[in-house]
Parts: sequence; C-alpha cells; structure tokens
Amino acid sequence: MIEQASRAVEAALAAGASDAEAYASEDAGREVRAHGGEVESLTAATKRGIGVRAWIGKRLGYAFGTDLSKAGIAALAGRAVEAARVADEDEFAGPPNPTEVPVRLIRSIATKGAPERIALELTDPSLAATSIADVAELSLAIERAALDADPRVAGVEQAVYADSAERVAIASSTGKGGEYESTSCYGYVQALAEGEDGRETGLGFDLARGPAALDPAAIGREGAERATAMIGARKPESRSCAVVLDPTVASSFVGLIGKALGAGMVQRGRSPFADRVGAEIAGEAFVLHDDGLEPAGLSAAPFDGEGVPRRRTPLIEGGRLRTYLFDTYTARRGEAASTGNAGRAGYRSLPSVSPSNLLVAPGTLAFAELLGEVGEGVLVTDVAGLHSGVNPVSGVFSVGASGLAIRGGEPAEPLREFTIASDLVSMLKAVRATGADARWVPFGGSVSTPSLLVGEMTIAGS
Amino acid sequence: MSGDGGLIEPEVAERALARVLAHGGEFAEVFAERSAGTTMAIDESRVEAVQSGAEQGAGVRVLSGKTTYFAHVDGLDPADIERAADEAAAALREDRATPCPLEAVATTPQQIERRPAEVPAERKAALLRELDERGRGAGSEIAQFMASYAEVRREVAVANSDGLYTGDDRTRVRIGAQAVARREGLVETGAETLGGHRGFELFDGDPGEIAEQAARKALTLLEAGPAPAGSMPVVVGGGFGGVLFHEMTGHGLEADHIQKGASVYVGKLGEQVAQPLLTAYDDGRMPNEWGSDSVDDEGAPTQKTMVIEEGRIASFLYDGLTARRDGVASTGNGRRESFRHLPVPRMTNTYIASGDAEPEAMIAEVEHGFYAVSFGGGQVDPATGDFVFGVSEGYLIEDGKVTRPCRGATLIGNCLQALAAIDAVGNDFEMKTGVCGKAGQKVPVGTGQGHVRIAAMTVGGTEV
Repeated sequence: MIEQASRAVEAALAAGASDAEAYASEDAGREVRAHGGEVESLTAATKRGIGVRAWIGKRLGYAFGTDLSKAGIAALAGRAVEAARVADEDEFAGPPNPTEVPVRLIRSIATKGAPERIALELTDPSLAATSIADVAELSLAIERAALDADPRVAGVEQAVYADSAERVAIASSTGKGGEYESTSCYGYVQALAEGEDGRETGLGFDLARGPAALDPAAIGREGAERATAMIGARKPESRSCAVVLDPTVASSFVGLIGKALGAGMVQRGRSPFADRVGAEIAGEAFVLHDDGLEPAGLSAAPFDGEGVPRRRTPLIEGGRLRTYLFDTYTARRGEAASTGNAGRAGYRSLPSVSPSNLLVAPGTLAFAELLGEVGEGVLVTDVAGLHSGVNPVSGVFSVGASGLAIRGGEPAEPLREFTIASDLVSMLKAVRATGADARWVPFGGSVSTPSLLVGEMTIAGS
Repeated sequence: MSGDGGLIEPEVAERALARVLAHGGEFAEVFAERSAGTTMAIDESRVEAVQSGAEQGAGVRVLSGKTTYFAHVDGLDPADIERAADEAAAALREDRATPCPLEAVATTPQQIERRPAEVPAERKAALLRELDERGRGAGSEIAQFMASYAEVRREVAVANSDGLYTGDDRTRVRIGAQAVARREGLVETGAETLGGHRGFELFDGDPGEIAEQAARKALTLLEAGPAPAGSMPVVVGGGFGGVLFHEMTGHGLEADHIQKGASVYVGKLGEQVAQPLLTAYDDGRMPNEWGSDSVDDEGAPTQKTMVIEEGRIASFLYDGLTARRDGVASTGNGRRESFRHLPVPRMTNTYIASGDAEPEAMIAEVEHGFYAVSFGGGQVDPATGDFVFGVSEGYLIEDGKVTRPCRGATLIGNCLQALAAIDAVGNDFEMKTGVCGKAGQKVPVGTGQGHVRIAAMTVGGTEV
C-alpha cells in the first residue's frame, strides 16, 4: 500500500502540485445475514482505493479512485491537481508540519524495508482463524439465542455478523509516511416480539476486534429483552421530568457533542460550543475524553487521517470545556496544535476534524441505583430521527423516543411514540449522575458511555 | 442504446456466469459499474473541497436455495470478473447448472442534454459563487452560507443466467444551499436543494433561487417561538412533505419487510388503510426525476406502480428475489448503492397523487394545529410502524390562520393511524429530491405531494 501511496504523491508533484499526500486503504470483509434458521446472504469481498490531496500553494484539490495501476494512479493524481486549480486560496491550507510527525513512529518514504510499528495492537488473530462457515454459524447462533430467550419473540428481522481486516497507508511530500493494520467485527440482531396490539422490535449488538470476543448468546438475548420489554407500550403524557438515557441512546448524543467540539465547526461559527473553552458547560458528573490510542475503541490508530499521531485529549472535566479537537488545518487557523483528529470515512473522503474514540467516564452507581436516584421519570432505551431532529448549529433537538416509565425508582410500564426535547448544552448541564455500566456503542461514531441521568427534559406524548 | 456501455463484453459475462453455476445455484448475475463524479462546495465565500472520483468494479451473486452468495471486486478486467465469480461460488458444492445464452435488451437512458463532465469546472465554481451571493444578499442577519455542487455519472451493466444482458447510463446533478441566520443569542438554519437525473441544463432556470429560499427559512426561524407539544391536527406542505408518505407507507410496502413479517402492512394487500381520497404511486420512469432510472440495478425496466388506490393497498414494491418468492414479476425496484452492495427493494420516486383541496382551505378548517411546511428528514421502523420527522420549517395554526413560526418541532406517530387520519390532499402537487438510507445503502429518491392534512398527530416540541 505504501508503495502505491508514494507513487501517487510523486505523480501529483510531477503533475504540478507543490505538495501532495496520498491515503491508500485495502479492506477484506465478510458479512453473513441469517434469517429463519438459514443463511440469507453471504458476502466476501475486498475493496481498495486511494485518495490524493494535492496543493498548489494555498489551493487544495482532491481525487480518489480504485484503479491502482501505474496509469490509473497517474490519472488520479492529475485529477487532484486539476481540482486544486479550481479551488480558492486558503491561507491555512497545507500538509502537516513534518515536525509534528515523529520519525520514531512512522518511517520515511525514502527508507526501504519494513515500517517501524508502534505498540498499539489493533488486530485479533481470531478473525483470520475463523472460517466463513464458522462465522455463518455465529450469525445463526445469534438468531437462535434471540428466539430461545423468550416465547414472545415471534421472529427475527435479521441476525448479522460482519468483519473487516483493513490496511491503511499514508505517504506525503513532506517525506513522512506510515502504514498500519487493524481488524474489527460486529454482530447484531433485530428481534420481533409479538404483543396483543402489534409487533415490537429490539436491537441486540456487540463489537470487537475479532469474533472470538463476541458472545452470540448475549447479543440474541439483548435483542429479545429489548423487544419484549416494549410489549403493550403506550404514549406517555406530555411533561417535563428526569430522564435516564441508556448507553445506546447516550452514545448518539455523545457522538453529536463530539462532532460539535471539532474546531472546524467552532471556527466557522457553527457550533453551540463556540467561544466556550473554560466555561461551565456540563454537570460535574459528565467527564468526556477523546482517545485515539484506546485499542478497545474501533477508531484507534497510530496516526490520524493525515499522518499525525493519535492521542488522548480531555474535552470536558470538572463541568468545564477544556479544548476543541483539531486537525492540521484548524490547528493552523486556531494557532493551536493538532490533536490528531483528522478523520476520514475511507479513501473517498477528504480528512476533516472529527472525534476518534469518545469516552464518557463511568460513575459508581449500578443501573438499578441510578433509577433509584430518579424516583419518578422516564428511561429512554431508543431514539429515532437524530439526523433530522437535531440542529447541529444551535444544538436544539427534538427526537423520537421509546423506553420505560420509572416509578418509585423501579422500571415500570413501557412507553412509545413520544419525543424528548432540549438543547445539547442544557442537557449536559442537567447531567446529575452517570452509571457504572459503560459499554462501547457504534452509534454516533466510536463511543464508550454509561447510562446518563439527566435532571430535566421535555417529554411530548399525548 | 446502452446495452453494455462497453463495461463488460458479453463473452466475458457468459463465461463468468457459467463459472459461478459450475458449482450449483439456481440463478447467477454479474453487475458491472463505472462511476465518475465531481463535487465542490462554497463556505465562507471560498470555493473548497473540490473533489473528483472515479471507481469501477463488479459484483457477482448466485442464489442457491434460500441463500445469496455475493462477492465484489474493484476493476473490470476479465480477470477481475473471474475472481469475483470464483469468490461468490466458493462455498457452493452442488451440481453444475447452465446459464441461458445472453440476449441483449436495449434500453433508452434518460435524456441528458449537457454532460456535466464536459462543463468546465470554473462554470460550476461560478454557480456556487452565485448561490453564495444570493444567499448572503437575502438579509443582513445571514451570518453563514454554504452551498454544494455534486455530479455523478454511473454506467451499469447487468448480465444474468436467465439470459438478460442490459444496462443503463445515469447522470445526476444536485445543488444544495444552507444558510445560518443570527440575531443576538439566536441562531437558526435553513436549507434547500435542487437535483435531477439530468445534465447541467437543470441549472438553466434560476438555480440561485434555492439560496434565497434557504436564507428565507433561516430568517423566518429567527422569529420563532417554542414548538407546541401534544396531539393536534397537522397540515404538511407539498414537495418534500412527501417524505411523510415515503417513511410511513413506502418503506412498509417494500417486499423484503413484508416477507419477513417486519411490516405493519403484512396481510393488508387490497385492504382499506386510508380514506378514498388517497392514491399514491412509486414511479421510476418520471422523465429526468431524481429517483428515476431506465432499468433498475437488476436490469428490470422501471415502472409506474400504484401502491395505494383510493385508500386500498394496491401493490408491494419488489426486487427480483422477493418477486421470485411471491411468484410475481419484479416492479423494477431492485436498487443498490453500488457494485459493492446487494440489491434490495427500494423506492424510486414515491408520491401522493394530486388531490382536489385548496391548501388555504385545508388550513382555514383547522382551529388549533400545526403547519409543517418542510422536513429535515424522517425515519421509520417498518415492523412497528413508529415514525418520526424533524420539522425544518413549521408554524402554529390558530383559528384557521398560520401564525407564528416554531423551532425544534418533531412529528411522531404510527403509520396505520396516521395514514387513516389523512383527511385532505391538496391540488398543489410538487416533487423534491431526497437521499434514502436502508440496509446501509444510500440511494437517490424523489418524494412528492400537494399539501396533506392529518386529523391528529403528536407534535414533539418543548411547550407542554
């Protein structure tokens, strides 16, 4: 990969770029979908591609493609340079400063031989060791576990296992480059429970670096429990009350908060957290870090999408906002240092500031104790419509929700078809406690969060 | 004619199909694709994020019993296609089957007058600068303005073991505008898009208008108060308001959900689910419409399918696999995001047919209610029928009149109840563009309707 990336950089320089960077990735993936005790589909595939950033002075262009032949790479590099000619100048544009990319971590392109690796284990050998027949059995086991967990589970929409073994390489005209490998997998089930007045769905899931770390029985059971818990759900009355967000729901909000803490949105005046560094923006119980070196998080990597080392960055501590997240561009613009948060959604995408792994510090209260703290309120176990119900500029949101009533500190009757509304900063300030039940959730990015107790939110139902 | 587009030689496809079926299976298919696109944006009055992409590859699938085996590769060389065929068949251990000889079926792609790829990039940058100027010029309180341009050409070819050999050549362009308005502590946004399965001629009219519309929405919201919370009559605007029908009925009619028992419309074919004033279609043949194609991604011709006839469920939406299972013909709804995805039943352009009510009269009949002019988007769980929509522009209706704007409203409800509660359909029909996500795949879809009134629906705001 690094050879192709280096060739792309040279081709872009030859085509007239003053600086260039190439990001190449290769991914071997499998996916098995099970339904009705049989394998519904089985996919095995590889995909590879390359994306080139070319600068002409302060103008930046981008091109990507799948043709990694010599001619293909030359054509792609040429397109990146052409794109740069169309862009307007931006005084902060340019590749990372080479001194920010320690040679200790990443070999120079000119050096022949194996790249140096840093001690960050992102691969699980169980992935390569598990045959396609065995992962097919894993998805079937997830489905069986959901069906066996409760007689009211009438079926399963689908049970899915998927994995990926990825290699990423970055080369740059600054003379630095690097390469790493990682593996990941996940399993999930959407269980259907039959109630008197209709069907309910419940999601169970887990994720890991390799299939040996997945527990199909637990995934199936979670789907079944979530679906059956909703049987007989009714609309709650509209009111303002205390709310507990379980980790699957909390993660979506934490993901939104992480995005809004990216310096890009802040510098362009489009974040509810603009001009808030040092200010009180959260309840003391809410402690948030971005950690690109936490191997349990699937966004961990030795370096970010433009080759700058990943690191751990405290974002919210003691109720106060500590810093924003920076990539090279926003760091230059904000006279700060990159926090190694240039994210990429693969070779198709230009790097831009985004969180790596977001971690909310767990508290000491067990889940039952957290509900006990609430007394009367609502436990939210699912939200819908986040992409349309949240204004990322103002932070104001209203999203669809379902869950359970909390009465006398205990989970009570199921509730559906209501909305929860607030704004991100008010919600953070209202966080009174966090549970001890932190888990990794893939919604909203790569997030590890416990349940959150929010003192007050508006519930709209009947 | 665009039988193959030069993507894959029939001999290569035939060999690959024979190679797959050598290990068994009832049906095999090769899907080849070449795509090329350009996107760019303007932000802070600077043209940026200029990107150019080019990808090509093939997906091969084989059906055996209830299982689909699928593999995809980058590249369209005969060796690439063979590799995909071998990977797809790797797990099959059955008796050899033989594909039918290929017969080319000619198709007529949508008419493209000016290929976007042949329009100079500077012209596209100039279009963004025009949007920027118009958006920023709409009011002194417009603090931020962003716009984007995207073009893509997708050439596809399909060859299958039933002997079908066909293809399509699709060109889409779309621009979007987003404005941010500020006044003291208040900040509001407004967005608008314009797109089509068309060439650059889409912008011959007044494309800058969407910039002003986006700015107007943001400025209007500066006057907004909190949204109401509770159940009330709701009037939904025309055009993108059609996303309401897309979510609450369209998805539930997709045959894969039906066959898995994961739809509230299971067993309801022919049943009355709405008042007779409601008739709706999915139409993949609307000329130059955003969600249109000549053939779907399995090579089946797209068609106009009546899904609701005067309140009764008239048809489900099928791809090849689900049609096979139900013993019916595909409705041309087998769509895939790319060669890296399996086709699944998807909507194309879905709309509620024009009614006979005057929008003003529909509002005048509401004593206390909510007017949702447009949505940011929506989501549904087809199995439970629970849906939610984020309102991007909404107003209170008081004593039959549209009064103050509301911020942060969401509509929430259940499909069957909401569908039955539609009591008026307006005569001001309009289509809009959207991007629909399902099974991890995004495809372009059109939504449309005139104004529609729902007798009772929950509005989720903050004002209890």
